[in-house]
Amino acid sequence: MILHTLIDYDILRVIWWGLLGVLLIGFALTDGFDMGVGALLPFVAKTDVERRVAINTVGPVWEGNQVWFILGGGAIFAAWPPLYAVSFSGFYLAMFVILAAFIVRPVAFKYRSKRDDTRWRTSWDWALFASGAIPALLFGVAVGNVIQGVPFHFTDDLHTIYEGAWYTKFIGLLDPFSLLAGVVSLSMLVMHGGAWLTLKAEGEVQDRARRFGSIAALVAVAAYVLAGVWMAVGIEGYRIVGDYLTAGPSNPLHFEVEKTASWFTAYSDRPWIAIAPIMGIAGGLLTFLGLRAGREVSTLLVSKMAILGVISSVGLTMFPFIMPSSSDPQSSLTVWNSSSSHMTLFIMLVVTVIFMPMILAYTAWVYKVLWGKVTEADVTDNSHSVY
Amino acid sequence: MEFGIVELSRLQFAMTAMYHFLFVPLTLGLSIVVAIMETVYVMTNRPIWRQMTKFWGTLFGINFVLGVATGITMEFQFGMNWSYYSHYVGDIFGAPLAIEGLMAFFLEATFVGLFFFGWDKLSKVAHLTVAWLVAIGSNFSALWILIANGWMQNPVGAQFNPMTMRMEMTDFYEVLFNEVAQAKFVHTVSAGYVTASVFVLGVSAWYLLRGRHIELARRSITVAAAFGLASAFSVVLLGDESGYSATHSQKMKLAAIEGMWETEPAPASFTAFGFPDQEARTTHYAIHIPYVMGLIGTRSLTTSIPGIEELENQAETRIKSGLIAYDALMHIREARDNADPSETARFEAHSADLGFAFLLRKYVDDPRQATPEQIVQAANDTIPTVWPLFWAFRIMVALGFGFIATMLYFFYRASFKGMNFPRPALHLAVWMIPAPWIAAELGWFVAEFGRQPWTVDGVLPTAMSVSALSMTEVALTLAGFVIFYTVLFIIEMGLMLKYIRKGPFQDVEETDAWVIRHTERLAGRRNADAIAMPAE
Repeated sequence: MILHTLIDYDILRVIWWGLLGVLLIGFALTDGFDMGVGALLPFVAKTDVERRVAINTVGPVWEGNQVWFILGGGAIFAAWPPLYAVSFSGFYLAMFVILAAFIVRPVAFKYRSKRDDTRWRTSWDWALFASGAIPALLFGVAVGNVIQGVPFHFTDDLHTIYEGAWYTKFIGLLDPFSLLAGVVSLSMLVMHGGAWLTLKAEGEVQDRARRFGSIAALVAVAAYVLAGVWMAVGIEGYRIVGDYLTAGPSNPLHFEVEKTASWFTAYSDRPWIAIAPIMGIAGGLLTFLGLRAGREVSTLLVSKMAILGVISSVGLTMFPFIMPSSSDPQSSLTVWNSSSSHMTLFIMLVVTVIFMPMILAYTAWVYKVLWGKVTEADVTDNSHSVY
Repeated sequence: MEFGIVELSRLQFAMTAMYHFLFVPLTLGLSIVVAIMETVYVMTNRPIWRQMTKFWGTLFGINFVLGVATGITMEFQFGMNWSYYSHYVGDIFGAPLAIEGLMAFFLEATFVGLFFFGWDKLSKVAHLTVAWLVAIGSNFSALWILIANGWMQNPVGAQFNPMTMRMEMTDFYEVLFNEVAQAKFVHTVSAGYVTASVFVLGVSAWYLLRGRHIELARRSITVAAAFGLASAFSVVLLGDESGYSATHSQKMKLAAIEGMWETEPAPASFTAFGFPDQEARTTHYAIHIPYVMGLIGTRSLTTSIPGIEELENQAETRIKSGLIAYDALMHIREARDNADPSETARFEAHSADLGFAFLLRKYVDDPRQATPEQIVQAANDTIPTVWPLFWAFRIMVALGFGFIATMLYFFYRASFKGMNFPRPALHLAVWMIPAPWIAAELGWFVAEFGRQPWTVDGVLPTAMSVSALSMTEVALTLAGFVIFYTVLFIIEMGLMLKYIRKGPFQDVEETDAWVIRHTERLAGRRNADAIAMPAE
């Protein structure tokens, strides 16, 4: 089969780098508000009925939203196998915590209201809170680590070796810059959850969601700007040196990489990428204003714009790096050396081009069917069939 | 056997995978049973079928959620614990996993919410469509997962690339239509259908014994017996198909299941019973049924099936051939772009056996330094432990025939004896509920344990696939999973039993007035009180 040579290998790699971004953003836009609502749950909803309202705003859609996370894992495996191998084994214990959250969350949604017992329900409420807030924080922490480079190297036959004992590997993830990145992602998703609740709930729950959501929006913008300044002055960047092939075999050891003073040289090389951080900051501020002004649909849209800007700013700044190695820069994973084969990238692109529009279409239809506020009456009248 | 990181990682994988498969078969089958019931409802308009759909749908939901939750672990575990495996075969193995997400999982997960929340927001036909989309999505999921697993059993359509040190796809069509994958898919989903049928049958039998919900229980038994009968035949026949395809691709697994130490002249007999003895390399007290194995394995009376010892000798030859490939590979890699064509030719002539050279990694860092004794030892390693395979297989097959007999009986009583079931048969049906789970877990055990010492048969040894983690890390997560999964299991069983005891909700008759209100509500969806339903 030679069909796959229709698209050049390096172009396919860039397309798949873009699709990796699409998946991460798709995940943050959909599952992001689920996590945000979970993290906001104890603050916006006090009584059992209020909590059920908040939970049922995401009740019918969290399952589909969560698939973005699973598809993210599958797509990284298929398109960027070395990234899949290095990152998940490297962030081993942190991944376990995230998995635990993603396992407990579906169960909490589904089982919480199946018993009429206050202790039972309160326990699940805490589970929803933790399984929303902790991964939202850890995803940012992981990004913070990737920006700074992760201590690993490859052996000659491409076994991944991590530097340091297991506890330094785990605790070492929580350095100040990465924690700041964690604050960005947590507050951003709380803001998004607040915007969602404003749209879907009414009364007290909606009022509190507005208040907490707008605080989160300000925190997100401040932390994002602070992280940017920190990156400009205090975080080293990476670059590929010498001649290299953009369409060569996926072997990191064929590349020479060195550290640079800052990632921000990307902004002088490709000034247009400044659009991403501008969207992030503007989106965050507009979400703050929208929440304060009581706008519903447009607030959710600008919140989405903020997330789009923040996530793509990280990818665009680091391009072509995906996961640099701090201890052995030569082992760094880039767009040019850590993809699948030409054929696999092509086949996966064909499959994505066929199915992604279908997914977006039926997801949109489901949201349309479920359009409208979730009221307290909905919950009390249908006590058995809703969450 | 020493217990190291490989064994600990295997234990964790086995545990999480088998736990995941406690929920999957019921999801696969019950999604279809529920969709069938709703189809009858939409066609006949009789409220009892709607009540059945909702009742079994509730149990489906309780089970479904844990299938989804534990599936997340599976999707990420390859990268976490098997990072060299992920690097080495991700180019092929990752694709079906990603396609599963795109094509199947998105479908089932997006619509399952609407199945539970959309009763009053959708017309009957639209809701029925949603139910079928959930069922189709679930079953397509299984297809892609089994294409991935089938490739581990029979790695076709791929080739080793010396420049990237990994297997890369050469023919997607071969990966897709891998005979092992296709047989396994139908076998596995049929096993799911049997599981759901036995479950519905057992729970309904319990209601009949208690004299409760008789209308619902009798109709449910009719559906379960008909669906279960067809599925039980399918699961046994396709199990046979798997055996047939294993004759080409996984001879060692087949010989181990059979406890067949020496090659038998064709047609081989089937060992119905016996005690395999790994050290003495014989099966004690064996009871042979002549011709049967030859017929199952080769579908002929003249083709012989190789025994374990012959296969071990073949493995030794392949290790020596693999060493030539390994040596050539080292030269190619050093030269990078200017490889000597003679080395490339030498590598390509022997590359099919490269994986066998990797078996020596367990004993020496550089396989080329291996002693003749180590080569013999590595060839011996290709024999899986026989007795668990031998017994697991036989119990699974016996249960399979048991399902056919049970379903046949209940189908007969439901169809020709006016749904009149004797009490002992109902008791049997209740006690039978765990049986399909036992059969399914044993089936996976045979498939995966029988593939050892390989993760990808003949390509990559298990010992080499593992991540460079510390024992502490894996022990921590293993303990975490055990505690976590045990708690979830207890909660799930508790809710399942609670909802079975409670039985179906009293449903409201769909009077003319209700239908008019329902239609009005659908027409003015935006303004109507959204989820308000007649009390359930």
